[in-house]
Amino acid sequence: MDDVFIELDGVEKVFDVRRKTGFLKRERRRVRAVDSISFTVARGEMVGYIGPNGAGKSTTIKMLTGILTPSGGRLRVAGIDPSRERTRLAHRIGVVFGQRTTLWWDLPLIDSYKLMHRMYRIPDARYRENLSRLTELLDLGDLLDVPVRQLSLGQRMRGDIAAALLHDPEVLYLDEPTIGLDVISKTRVRDFLRQLNAERATTVLLTTHDLQDIEQLCSRVMVIDHGRLVYDGALDGLHEAGESERTLVVDLERELPPIEAPPPARVVRVEGARQWLAFPASASASELVSRIAAEYPLVDLSVREPDIEAVIAKMYEDRAGRPVT
Amino acid sequence: MFVEGLRAYGLIAGMWVRSGMTYRTSFVFTVFGNLLMTGLDFVGILLMFTQVDSLGGWSLPEIAMLYGLSVTSFGIADMLLGSMDVLGARMRDGSFDVLLVRPVPVLAQVGADRFALRRLGRVAQGAVVLGWALSSVDVEWTAVKVLLVPVMVLSGAAIFSAVFVAGAAFQIFAQDAAEVQNAFTYGGTTLLQYPPTVFGKDLVRGATFMLPLAFVNWVPAAHILDRPYPIGLPGWASFASPLVAVGCCALAGLAWRTGLRSYRSTGS
Amino acid sequence: MGSARLYLSVAVGGFRRYASYRAATAAGVFTNTVFGLILVYTYLALWDERPGLGGYDQAQAVTYVWLGQCLYATLAIQGGGAEKELMERIRTGEVAVDLYRPVDLQLWWLAGDVGRAAFQLLGRGLVPFLFGSLFFTMALPTEAAAWLAFAVTLVLAAVVSFAIRYLAALCVFWLMDGMGIGQVLMITGVFFSGMVLPLNVFPGTLGEVVRVLPWAAQIQVPADVLMGETDPSAAFAFQAAWAVALLAAGRLLQSVATRRVVVQGG
Repeated sequence: MDDVFIELDGVEKVFDVRRKTGFLKRERRRVRAVDSISFTVARGEMVGYIGPNGAGKSTTIKMLTGILTPSGGRLRVAGIDPSRERTRLAHRIGVVFGQRTTLWWDLPLIDSYKLMHRMYRIPDARYRENLSRLTELLDLGDLLDVPVRQLSLGQRMRGDIAAALLHDPEVLYLDEPTIGLDVISKTRVRDFLRQLNAERATTVLLTTHDLQDIEQLCSRVMVIDHGRLVYDGALDGLHEAGESERTLVVDLERELPPIEAPPPARVVRVEGARQWLAFPASASASELVSRIAAEYPLVDLSVREPDIEAVIAKMYEDRAGRPVT
Repeated sequence: MFVEGLRAYGLIAGMWVRSGMTYRTSFVFTVFGNLLMTGLDFVGILLMFTQVDSLGGWSLPEIAMLYGLSVTSFGIADMLLGSMDVLGARMRDGSFDVLLVRPVPVLAQVGADRFALRRLGRVAQGAVVLGWALSSVDVEWTAVKVLLVPVMVLSGAAIFSAVFVAGAAFQIFAQDAAEVQNAFTYGGTTLLQYPPTVFGKDLVRGATFMLPLAFVNWVPAAHILDRPYPIGLPGWASFASPLVAVGCCALAGLAWRTGLRSYRSTGS
Repeated sequence: MGSARLYLSVAVGGFRRYASYRAATAAGVFTNTVFGLILVYTYLALWDERPGLGGYDQAQAVTYVWLGQCLYATLAIQGGGAEKELMERIRTGEVAVDLYRPVDLQLWWLAGDVGRAAFQLLGRGLVPFLFGSLFFTMALPTEAAAWLAFAVTLVLAAVVSFAIRYLAALCVFWLMDGMGIGQVLMITGVFFSGMVLPLNVFPGTLGEVVRVLPWAAQIQVPADVLMGETDPSAAFAFQAAWAVALLAAGRLLQSVATRRVVVQGG
């Protein structure tokens, strides 16, 4: 049985937004930032939480971390109601805000960790052990005595991640953990998260705009739009939900008229001896390949996965009250 | 939770002190500057007394006593909680949320924000004036009157602290209007540097019953100096400062809780 | 003439930028009004004790208080105008970009600060002043000429105020940090402008000295012009002399500083 760690049942968050509509005139409007969202996350899962800006991502994270009180529904993290027992929950969660460091700007990195040590009342032995492990994994050894203001963005992000993990949280929330980082730093952060999840079974929930984060880290993805959960499932399934297509690139012996493929597969582009065929992401490629190989002089072929970004964009486009999985 | 808050306050304040020390040259400079800046008010009073022998019927040592009490107690509160005016900015840039995911009381974190030892300048300057005033004021000291002095300083610090906390709570609702609290904090300590007889009775009434700043020094000091208080108060009122302080702190705490609850339900 | 237009638009920009902080402006109005109230009562007590102190009667003392509150933000008496931003740009080195612009650095910042001052006067200074005139007896002139002279003296005061703060900001080229110099600005501004006490009440030699320092051009001189306590042309001459001297000093310091930036590797 799945060990449910995060549980949301019909969670809502409604804001009263006051907007200026003229001189001294204000209009009050109710905005459903999060509109009846339900999902569960098992211990040790690694989930990507994506959606356009203002879709309700950070509102959800803020409710999960106890910053915001839900306006309705039931929400539990590790069996705790975050809004009621904020401080008790704080000991069990780690949060990394991508664009905002929680480290002390003017002080050496290690000072921020010493503060965490005492603020979270981490037992000395465990603190030392965690610090040395995180220092090694995140390659922070040379940085501990450097004032935070002198760190690069990537170094600071690694520093922030370590700070959020010193107290052995059972769940780690990451808000845009790779934003603004260079390729090497991104890879480092992703490698670390994968390792953390594999070795310590830490539950990870991350919001991101970088779909590579999702592709490389998360077996499960949730998509939110206009406060509603529009998709929750495996990354592969997202393609189906988005009615996305894969592309089969075929190199023939010579220039030929477009291949007559069995529908719904079809040729979308011809360039000399090379032809591109689009087919549903959910369909098997092997059947199509054997059909072509039987009738055409095949030299080489490759399958291209759909661009997830395009998939999600498509989902947003044609989502109209589609039921959630 | 209170003890936990104090502990967290100490931890964070310590970090700010260490941060401040990284700019060593500026530190010495700003302590001195702080002392000078807060002393200007008193220089103003001294200048006034080059032209007159009394103000509102009070002599220079008597006014110096009011000044010393007001500035010392305000200085303590300002040192402990004086940076809460950055709260509005923290809410706008989102860094306030970081404080809410920590396992310690938010008020302690906000209170310790930007803690700076240079603020000792004001306390020291107030204490020096107070010391001079106490030694030169014409009073028949009794045990009760002597005891009343530290009681005033501590109660005063608590009352001003309550004003700071209430101001922080107000900022949650009006993030851009942080300056309003200056009217009550800096305005309050300025008001109390002058004798109550100088002000209109309505203002004195307001400062006694509505925002009871008068209990920082006016009311108890009037007792020590045997001066009639401009508005009638029962005799025990002179000793009520600790009680008023407790009441103010309770109300401010309530206001803070309300503010925080509102933030957590509205997110702004 | 094209450049006049440029500086005008910079000034308008300064005005607009401050106009966008509505809640902060309202808060400032409230705070200035409260401080005005406290000061009015202490001054009334002082003038009660010594009628005619400094050549002012009670109504004039009251007028001085509310004028001080009116000009407090307008003239950035304790700092916080354009110089604050300039200090930050010098500290971070961004000022190097400004140096390559085909504009006069000093005029550019002056224009922005005058725009700010204009907003602070209308948005923040006027209300406490009106409040004062509504609830207290003030000594305000009735003839238009006096108000016109007052307008001129205010413009000159704004220039002197800017020139002082510009000089201070340039010091950051050498100090690398604006905190200390900001504090010096605050202390000298508050004390020597006559925010603590009107300068004409300062006793003896101290009084004679503070009344000829440039800070006197900020509140004391405009107050005296408004209340007809001084010959306007003499007041203008005093303010203009300081304005020219300080702006010239600012230019000199600016050229030394820019040479330094260029040498350092700009």
